[in-house]
Amino acid sequence: MNPLARLILCMLLCCLPLSVTLANIELHDFDSPQQEEDYRELIFELRCLVCQNQNLADSNAELAVDLRRQIYEMLQDGADKQDVIDYMVERYGEFVLYKPPFNAQTLLLWGGPFVFLLLGLFVLFRLVRQNQRETTAKTLSEADRERARALLNEQSEQD
Amino acid sequence: MMKYFLPLGGFILLCALLFFGLGNDPKKVPSPFIGKPAPAFELPRLYADGETLSPADMQGKVWLLNVWASWCVSCRAEHAVITKLIGDTGIDIVGLNYKDTDDEAKRWLTQFGNPYYAIAVDAEGRTGIDWGVYGVPETFVIDKKGTIRLKHIGPVTVDDLKTELIPLIETLRGESA
Repeated sequence: MNPLARLILCMLLCCLPLSVTLANIELHDFDSPQQEEDYRELIFELRCLVCQNQNLADSNAELAVDLRRQIYEMLQDGADKQDVIDYMVERYGEFVLYKPPFNAQTLLLWGGPFVFLLLGLFVLFRLVRQNQRETTAKTLSEADRERARALLNEQSEQD
Repeated sequence: MMKYFLPLGGFILLCALLFFGLGNDPKKVPSPFIGKPAPAFELPRLYADGETLSPADMQGKVWLLNVWASWCVSCRAEHAVITKLIGDTGIDIVGLNYKDTDDEAKRWLTQFGNPYYAIAVDAEGRTGIDWGVYGVPETFVIDKKGTIRLKHIGPVTVDDLKTELIPLIETLRGESA
């Protein structure tokens, strides 16, 4: 196998686990493709509070099973996506959202990376400028050049 | 000089932040229910065939809702503390038997004793979801007006009784209905 083919195969293998991380999710019948889409999005967006670093789609904890059932029933009863999200936030707090909302409390969370990026750019800028100034300082003035030439000539005459 | 102290200062600040973070327990999610009316339910009672129990029945007094199950190991440890709390304060505690079977719940109570004022059966865990329960045991303190004032996640310890629950119960009893 040539190296390129090997590389491509390797990359393809990396994609494999993504499709098998889902928990054994119950099969549901949906009234419409839209409803199924909503259900899928919700179980990916909502957190399982027992195993906190998994969403409802990944988790097979009993609570996750119950919450998936709750979501399914609410959607069947005509609730839309926002209704379900509101219901969960009302009971479990904003922590239940895998993607935290942008508000005063989460300002640092969302803005933090950009602050650090700006800080980094500022430091980089300063370093580059400083470096430039030092390089400029190292260039010789015409008088220095003249002196150096004179010294070198003196040396070669002695030889 | 500044050049050397700036990174050091940043490092110390980061250490302080991380150290502070270590003290937080991520398992304790603050309940959005504090200060809100207790969610209603109408559930069958254990040991009382045909009768139901609802938070409205408890209106006018300070009471606790203790979520437990026979399969929950830490509920066993908590059971003695709950019994002691009732002995010390005479508080009415409603047990919410969460995702359990009646037979196993009764066997558990026969073995360890039944200190509860009444037990509501939430076999499917729907009331649990309505109350934002995500791990048993959990204990709610509800005031005379039917407002949730405290949620304790995890087993209540003797220490929690002294520092948290008993003082709160005394304060709430002093409030008007």
